[in-house]
Amino acid sequence: MTGPPVSNPAADGARAGLLDREGALAKLMIAPAILYIVAMIGVPFVLAVLYSLSDATTGDPSLTFVGLRNFGAALEDPVFRLSLWNTVFFTLASQCIVVLLSRLLATALLKNFRGKGLVRFLIMLPWTAPISLGTIGWLWMLDSIFSPIDWVLRYVGLLGVPGALLGAGTNLYYLGIPGLAISSIILVDVWRILPLATVIQLAGLSSIPKDLLEAAEVDGASPWRRTLMITIPLTLPITSIAFLFGVVFTFTDLVVVYVLTRGGPVHTTQVLSSWTFFKGIEGGDLAQGAAISLFMFPVLAAVAILILRMARRTEVV
Amino acid sequence: MPNMRKLAGRGGLYTLLGAFAFFGAFPFYWMVIATFKTDHDLFSPLNNPFLFNEPPTLDHLKVLLFETHFHTYLTNTLWVGLAVVIITLVVAVPAAYSLARWARGWGEMLGIGIFLTYLVPPTILFIPLSRFTSSLGLQESLWSLILVYPTFTIPFCTWLLMGFFKTIPKDIEEQAMIDGLSRFGAMSKVVLPLSISGVLTVVVFAFTLSMHEFIYALTFISVSAKKTVSIGVPTELVRGDVFQWGSLMAGALIASLPVAVVYTFFLDRFVAGFTMGAVK
Repeated sequence: MTGPPVSNPAADGARAGLLDREGALAKLMIAPAILYIVAMIGVPFVLAVLYSLSDATTGDPSLTFVGLRNFGAALEDPVFRLSLWNTVFFTLASQCIVVLLSRLLATALLKNFRGKGLVRFLIMLPWTAPISLGTIGWLWMLDSIFSPIDWVLRYVGLLGVPGALLGAGTNLYYLGIPGLAISSIILVDVWRILPLATVIQLAGLSSIPKDLLEAAEVDGASPWRRTLMITIPLTLPITSIAFLFGVVFTFTDLVVVYVLTRGGPVHTTQVLSSWTFFKGIEGGDLAQGAAISLFMFPVLAAVAILILRMARRTEVV
Repeated sequence: MPNMRKLAGRGGLYTLLGAFAFFGAFPFYWMVIATFKTDHDLFSPLNNPFLFNEPPTLDHLKVLLFETHFHTYLTNTLWVGLAVVIITLVVAVPAAYSLARWARGWGEMLGIGIFLTYLVPPTILFIPLSRFTSSLGLQESLWSLILVYPTFTIPFCTWLLMGFFKTIPKDIEEQAMIDGLSRFGAMSKVVLPLSISGVLTVVVFAFTLSMHEFIYALTFISVSAKKTVSIGVPTELVRGDVFQWGSLMAGALIASLPVAVVYTFFLDRFVAGFTMGAVK
């Protein structure tokens, strides 16, 4: 269709001029994005750091520097320490479950079957619907009196009769008892991230060359051996990416805790993001809030570096 | 015998998928049930909660649509979403094109840098941004959300579009330019029409991400009439301490389903963005 570009001195000169102009055009076209990102992400991030080193409150937002006092105060606060631990624990617990379940689910979705579109739609709902609205559904399912789970447990005799396995009370109070509240938060975190992890895993699984698996089968490798020696190593980078994004979203999420428990009962489900909100916005202590939120940063930075590394490795595969 | 095994495998597959679909969709089924149940049926602990023990009712829907701000939340969400989509397109399309076509050395670093800003979470930015928007006099205004939401749509959509533009061969534009179009003309008349599906994806994501957003809306807006659905439904449909479960579930359901349907169609492309285009 197009011939090779004919080289002659005049055209080369024109091309150099064009390239100059193109360089300027390239910068002009990317400038708004850079300016916006610097102004609305870069500057606020620096501001967060400045707030954390000051004594700013909503009433008096002027910056008077107090050094690392806010970080010290946070670390001495038992609620903060609990939030920090909860954030790490909820994230790791939910994301380990998510990695296992999403691999299982992705393997199943790789097959062809009738009604795949509908099944996919239903499975993806927790991710595609607004999270605050989905969590409201859970709030009603975990209701202290009208929970359908309690109803089923009562129906099969595990709850609500003397000597029943789960006790003689009529309800379990999922969000009112610390152990159950923690499990509920982790469950909803799993529910929320599972679809995303599944689709990422699915992309990884479907990128494995079919002939590789077939060749291994011809050579007499058992299904287990094929999974262990081919599928897992080849999809490890993409599985890691799924895991790392799940970590980012769960680690920084406010919605699940805010809607289900507001950190209760008695702060047992408080996490860094919710504690930041309650201290910094509802309590009006901007400085403390900023300091608490910045405790998330080292983890996020580490995750970002790992994601970049993994992405490079996938490209090699 | 192999047939039996195959059949058992099929059975296992359907059971597994059925269990996962149940897990994913049950809260939404639960919303459907609550939406159409009478209060008396809903609040009788002895009734089978999975069935309609009394005839279904439209009362909760009527309350939701005529006695609450629900329709205002929907309109607010729509306005914010549309404005964010336009801003995102205007900023991200040229940036992505620039990165895709002229990215060497610094360009590639810049692209990765833009993607990484997507990982800076609202939970770190919302405190300074709340001061920032209120110092601009935007507290309790939808404009605060329109100004701030591109912080998560622009980085992600730029990255996504960059991938799309890279798949369009340079020859096509070069040919168009030889035929007399300027670079800008080649971009708008040749490349953009070819990447319409990429642009559409960005429209869908900028809108859905805005609709899903919770923290900024919760922090910046407390007046009921200015709320978006994602905070209006969970915070406003409660009278005193009493949850109006029927209307609450109806609101959650109505606001969730349409966006979920559209999102599902575009999910694979969304994931292509996450995996940084590494998996083809």
